[in-house]
Amino acid sequence: MRWYIGRRLLQVIPVFLGATLLLYALVFLRPGDPVAALGGERGLPEAVQEQIRERYNLDKPFLVQYLLFLKGVFTLDFGVDFRGREIVDVIAGAFPVTIQLAVMALIIEAVFGIGLGLVAGLRKGGIFDGSVLVISLLVIAVPTFVIGFVLQFLLGVKAGLFPVTVGRDPNFESLLLPAIVLAAASFAYVLRLTRTSVAENLSADYVRTARARGLTRSRVTGRHVLRNSLIPVVTFLGGDLGGLMAGAIVTEGIFNINGVGGTLYQAITRGENVTVVSLTTVLVIVYILANLLVDLLYAALDPRIRYA
Amino acid sequence: MKIRRYAGVTTFIVAGALALTACSGGSSGSNDEPSDAAGEATTGIVSVNGTEPQNPLTPGMTNEVGGGLAVKNIFSGLVYYDSEGASHNEMAESIESEDNQHWTITIQDGWTFSDGTPVTAESYVKAWKYTALLSNGQNQQYFFHDFAGWSDTEDSEIAVEAVDEHTFTVELIAPSADFQLWLGYSAFMPMPDVFFENPDIYSDAPVGNGPYVVDSWEHENVISLRPNPDYKGPRTPKNGGIDIVIYTDENTAYNDLLSDNLDIITNVPSSAFATFEDDLGDRAINQPAAVVQVVQVPEWREEFQGEAGKLRRQAISQAIDREQVTETVFGGTRTPATDFTSPVIDGYSDDIPGAEVLQFDAEEAKRLWDEAEAMDPLGADYTLEIASNADSDHQTWVDAVCNQVRNALDIGCEFYPYPTFDEFLNARDDASVPGIFRGGWQADWPSMSNFLGPVYGTGAGSNDAQYSNPAFDEKLKEAGQAATPDEATALYKEAQQILFEDLPGIPLWYNNATAGYAETVGNVEFGWDSDPILYEVTKSE
Repeated sequence: MRWYIGRRLLQVIPVFLGATLLLYALVFLRPGDPVAALGGERGLPEAVQEQIRERYNLDKPFLVQYLLFLKGVFTLDFGVDFRGREIVDVIAGAFPVTIQLAVMALIIEAVFGIGLGLVAGLRKGGIFDGSVLVISLLVIAVPTFVIGFVLQFLLGVKAGLFPVTVGRDPNFESLLLPAIVLAAASFAYVLRLTRTSVAENLSADYVRTARARGLTRSRVTGRHVLRNSLIPVVTFLGGDLGGLMAGAIVTEGIFNINGVGGTLYQAITRGENVTVVSLTTVLVIVYILANLLVDLLYAALDPRIRYA
Repeated sequence: MKIRRYAGVTTFIVAGALALTACSGGSSGSNDEPSDAAGEATTGIVSVNGTEPQNPLTPGMTNEVGGGLAVKNIFSGLVYYDSEGASHNEMAESIESEDNQHWTITIQDGWTFSDGTPVTAESYVKAWKYTALLSNGQNQQYFFHDFAGWSDTEDSEIAVEAVDEHTFTVELIAPSADFQLWLGYSAFMPMPDVFFENPDIYSDAPVGNGPYVVDSWEHENVISLRPNPDYKGPRTPKNGGIDIVIYTDENTAYNDLLSDNLDIITNVPSSAFATFEDDLGDRAINQPAAVVQVVQVPEWREEFQGEAGKLRRQAISQAIDREQVTETVFGGTRTPATDFTSPVIDGYSDDIPGAEVLQFDAEEAKRLWDEAEAMDPLGADYTLEIASNADSDHQTWVDAVCNQVRNALDIGCEFYPYPTFDEFLNARDDASVPGIFRGGWQADWPSMSNFLGPVYGTGAGSNDAQYSNPAFDEKLKEAGQAATPDEATALYKEAQQILFEDLPGIPLWYNNATAGYAETVGNVEFGWDSDPILYEVTKSE
């Protein structure tokens, strides 16, 4: 087990190098000149632009820029963005609220997705199953920003049930509505995955055996059907954690949450390579760790899977 | 990214502007006290939407909206602008010159920075020299380009010298009758000694001399300004402080305004253009601003050169129904242009000889185009390209204009997009744009010269169409030397007549300031630069 975890952690290194190189190249290849745009319509004097390029190593060839970035990462000095803010501070400012939001969304989609999916799967073909199917299709079909604006307007502005925006003080109450919006699409997928999986397992041999041995209905459902049905769901949820964090741009914008999504978006439009790559690097690491966790969970869910 | 240099827009309505012009146009630049604004001092904290500043909050670096709103409230300069764009002395005791070129400035006694050190002539001299020195890499370096000694290719000091503790002198490269109008712009604010000791660590809690001080700046979240107890000037805060709340999405800010979570919105989102005047009633603001939108006609395109080129420029201008576009595309949040400046600028008039060329007249347009065709045929399959950056919402109005051009002139016309703003800038700089292109001008200070010289003067910084007419340059020079502001205004109008003949750019419309406020606050006025005049806003706790 320990070996397995160690080996998986070592894999982080090539993934990190590959991902950062790719990202760096992508931002580098972004057309146009970010420094030229700093001055707005009027532009900055050429000499001032030169100085800025020099300060941020933008005048150097691609590989040199990339190696300088790597050197910074390994000496834990990520450098500063165009505003002169330490990128470490930018990361520290953006991640806590995004993590909180993503975890809340993950819990919401897991609890409701698995719960409703289980019931639908057990009563396959019934009215409940049918209506849940329609609702989940609807949620998948309507884009996140529509759900976000509609819920914000109806529940926030009109009904006053939720704070309209998160803004200055992110807390559980103000993050609840954004978390629901963020969870909506994934919730529908989780629900459908669980339902299919449960429905399939219900007719599996070991379930029939368990029933034949006279186990209670709740024990059969809980220990045998649900546990085995969760494997694809957990895989999805693990991958989704990273997606929730990086993909919250729209939700963060609607509810004015100062998290990773918005910061990343602005850094991309400003062409700030170092900020973009630093933020996404953290996201890549989150992805890798979440997937590792998922793999370890497999072993807990399915006794046939053992890591050595 | 939305970069808009922040100096720029107004609030008072066209009628007001016209009335002002009618009564001799002497208001701007005068030094009389502003009229008593209504409203007693209150203690509530006023919240206003903003964007995260892109630079340290210093006069030398801040060149965009986000930081601009903070900087103009935490620094005080020699003069300030009231809601009607007139300038009044703030720190200045007097600003005098014999020849409009060599100026002597005396500042008032007793002003201090928020760290207790006195504001002296030296505070101005050092700050201006620092910003203007090329190797300091300051974004606002350009704004000293009319000072003697300024250079954008090598380090050289500008001609600003302290005479004594309260007096300093300035030498300009050419006479400028409206010099004192510039001085309310944030690039001309003083800086404390502590800044020069270590400019790099200064950024987050700047020491200023304005009506407010920065209490805290939570990045991407909120900038809290609180009244500066040591402030001595005329802009005394009437509220308990300002919270500039950072929004990445204007729609969100608007929703917050509707539910009273935000007091003032400086920019109504385009999605609410149709409804905001109903939503907010008399708390909605929709007035022309000191921003004019034009399409520049590049001198490097052969079809726009010579006599035929002139006719074509006029034909395109008369083919555009500005009224229709501003109503249908912009929902009435633009005002059709009638000159090269803006209705909010002192001296503006809508009947400068030659301005008829901005009137829509499809038949006349077609006649002019045919006349040009007879001289120098382009053929019936000619396609006019209208270029702009596509990362912000320009396609809609370009398509509308193109439709009108196609219908009136019977030629092709299409949008020529550049994916990002900086690519568009590059193409303009190396003269590779294949047609006419979008250009907008936002005034740095409320003066007519600021709309003309920087955009149409030979070799000027923002003369992207590379227009050059010695007669026009000569008129500007004459106006700079004028003895009185009225005389200067008359000359600037004559200069505009030349522009109406040459049409180096075709004025389209003026941007409107579209803003609003909640019932929670009172006495809200917007300045000529479209920013709210925050120190006057009242709010009870």
